[in-house]
Amino acid sequence: MMRGNEVMGILFAYVHEDRVRELTENRVMASIPYGGRYRLVDFALSNLVNSGVNKVGVITEQNYQSLMDHLGSGKTWNLSRKREGLFLLPPFGAETSRTDGMVSSLASIHRFLKNSKEEYVLLSNCDTVSNIDYRDVFRFHSEKNADMTVIYRHGQSPNTEKNVIYTVDPDGFVQDMLIKRGSDANCNYGFGKCIIRRKKLMEMVEDCMSRNLYDFDRDLLQRNLKELKVFAYEATGAAYTITSFRDYFDANMALMDPKVRSQLFPMDRPIYTKVRDDMPAKYGLGSSVTNSIVADGCIIDGEVENCILFRGVKVKKGAKLKNCVIMQDCVIGEGTRLDYVVADKNVEFEMNRTMAGYQSYPVYVGKGSKV
Amino acid sequence: MLPKQEVVAMLLAGGQGSRLGVLTKDIAKPAVPFGGKYRIIDFPLSNCVNSGIETVGVLTQYQPLELNEYIGSGQPWDLDSMNGGVHVLSPYEKRKNTDWYKGTANAITQNIPFIERYNPDYVVILSGDHIYKMDYAKMIAFHKEKDAAVTIAVQQVPMAEASRFGILNTNQDDSIYEFDEKPAKPKNDLANMGIYVFTWEKLRKFLLADEEDPESSNDFGKNVLPAMLNAGEKMYAYRFEGYWKDVGTIDSLWESNMDLLDPNIPLDLGDPDWRIYSRNPVMPPHYVAKGAHVQNSLIAEGCNVYGELEFSILFAGVYVAPGAEVMSSIIMPGARIEEGARVQYAIVAENAVIGAGATVGAKPEDVENKDEWGVAVVGPKCKVAPGANVPPKAMLDADEEVGTN
Repeated sequence: MMRGNEVMGILFAYVHEDRVRELTENRVMASIPYGGRYRLVDFALSNLVNSGVNKVGVITEQNYQSLMDHLGSGKTWNLSRKREGLFLLPPFGAETSRTDGMVSSLASIHRFLKNSKEEYVLLSNCDTVSNIDYRDVFRFHSEKNADMTVIYRHGQSPNTEKNVIYTVDPDGFVQDMLIKRGSDANCNYGFGKCIIRRKKLMEMVEDCMSRNLYDFDRDLLQRNLKELKVFAYEATGAAYTITSFRDYFDANMALMDPKVRSQLFPMDRPIYTKVRDDMPAKYGLGSSVTNSIVADGCIIDGEVENCILFRGVKVKKGAKLKNCVIMQDCVIGEGTRLDYVVADKNVEFEMNRTMAGYQSYPVYVGKGSKV
Repeated sequence: MLPKQEVVAMLLAGGQGSRLGVLTKDIAKPAVPFGGKYRIIDFPLSNCVNSGIETVGVLTQYQPLELNEYIGSGQPWDLDSMNGGVHVLSPYEKRKNTDWYKGTANAITQNIPFIERYNPDYVVILSGDHIYKMDYAKMIAFHKEKDAAVTIAVQQVPMAEASRFGILNTNQDDSIYEFDEKPAKPKNDLANMGIYVFTWEKLRKFLLADEEDPESSNDFGKNVLPAMLNAGEKMYAYRFEGYWKDVGTIDSLWESNMDLLDPNIPLDLGDPDWRIYSRNPVMPPHYVAKGAHVQNSLIAEGCNVYGELEFSILFAGVYVAPGAEVMSSIIMPGARIEEGARVQYAIVAENAVIGAGATVGAKPEDVENKDEWGVAVVGPKCKVAPGANVPPKAMLDADEEVGTN
């Protein structure tokens, strides 16, 4: 069992932004749109709330205006509360720059951590799409009497510079931990989420800071691995880490699989997001839509195949979309043909435009562009 | 004492709506789903907020549970405000004379204390069974300009149909001189829309007088308005142009839903300046599969469409299996249309299941005797067995199982 007053959540809204430069030019990692109506932060927040957590701090760095607009008071996630709720933790003061790493971020919210009453903290990045019941993780953590429990996935590690790879014994105990480039071989790679006792975390952060060490994985975790009882919990089912633009595209396309949808959006653990009060999607006479995810407010008069259409997208007559991710309020003009295109919010394609990428290299069209 | 509100709206939502049959078996009429993601009450509530009216009393009586829960704090309509907001008003026990709401006027009379808390100048009376988008602020401005005691919204209807409506007979300046309820020989074509703006001081006086009259049925149309007319109060008709439809019957509910699919009908629910708010389901966007075929339809979130869909409206979380056909129908939240089933000209209510290969309803042209044709209705949670046939015009009761025949 996991009660609100036992575990609090801390989300790192900005971590790994450099991996998807296109999408994070005007926003933080956490507010990258996903799956037709979501932002990545919706998964992180909903997982916490569905697991009974009712206090969440969100650490931001730069460009957090769009995130603040999305989160509002936290009402959507039932986090607008008299007791606890949602806390936005933007940087204050110049002396604690967070670009140094997650450890300095945690140091900068020292007071927030200190004044909290919860026994445990669940730390999470916002670069993943997943639906994890943290109650199970917490139960595992308690059973193992661990100092820290990290969440990992088994499989090919993401293709990035610094992956955390764990060696885990059958009991779940972490014997070793490496930080290295991704590879094709199957392994247990870190999923950017962990549970730790709040006081222990504060202690370790302070120790790192006093030694000018700022890297969470290397300095806080790997350096102390031998002195700690670190256990690893495997997250199974559909889940994606967004480590590149290509990953982002694939993670969206994965939603065409009904099994993926049922694992990411189970009825009893829904993913909450800000509502927009759009009307249901409207399919015109002569339109043709197959194998696509379509959100409310879309008006479709053209042809759509293998696409994700976010809220309020308009596809005019004669337009042909294939293998595209089209974000909120884009307009696709008459006769325009798109293939493997990711269009950010409010892009307008005028009549008879043609644009095509390739599966391994989808084309990105920036927010608000006019083509 | 609460801050003064110039206008308070009172929404009459207590009616059973018996003509909607199984659809209102367990819910009040205003809670009936409409248009893929709305309920009927979303229209008057959204109109209020969009018109700047922030204090709304919702009068409930019949099966209020679902309606109360739906309205909740009023947050989806931005009506969870500190000083006004939406309030659900049910009949309550008083020291003496405890009563249900005896009539539309009596429902307001019983809630005079609620209205007086806001010390309003005007009270708008609305009903929960019409689909329309209307700026009440314009009507109130008209009411002020005419210095009227009451202003009644009217819509011009074809003279041939006028005898179906409550007709207002008016002078040149649109002042009312006579009420003509469903006249055999109509003298005018202005139909009463059931939307009233009253000067509160006047309404209060006539409500209290009406309450004293033991003969009165305490109804606005039958008693209060005629009494005001007889007393020589200034009464005006306010002409409204735009879409307005009573959805009190199965046919009109079905038609009004179908109107959403007609580009020539001026009811745009996508207008960002006049949104219709509703309590949104928490579901992912819908999925239209390979091999599915969707034409001229509305689909809400959480649906999975594998079959064929034409001229239809799917509410949230509906499943249409491969090989199933849905035509000119309304499928309410959570319903399932199994493989090979065929649903035509029908309303399938919440969480109903149409078994594989079953047929529900028929096209009008496929029915020889036109009197036998009508919209088929499958009630909430109803299970139609595989291969069964639900004929046109039929109405299956909720929880009833239909076997193969």
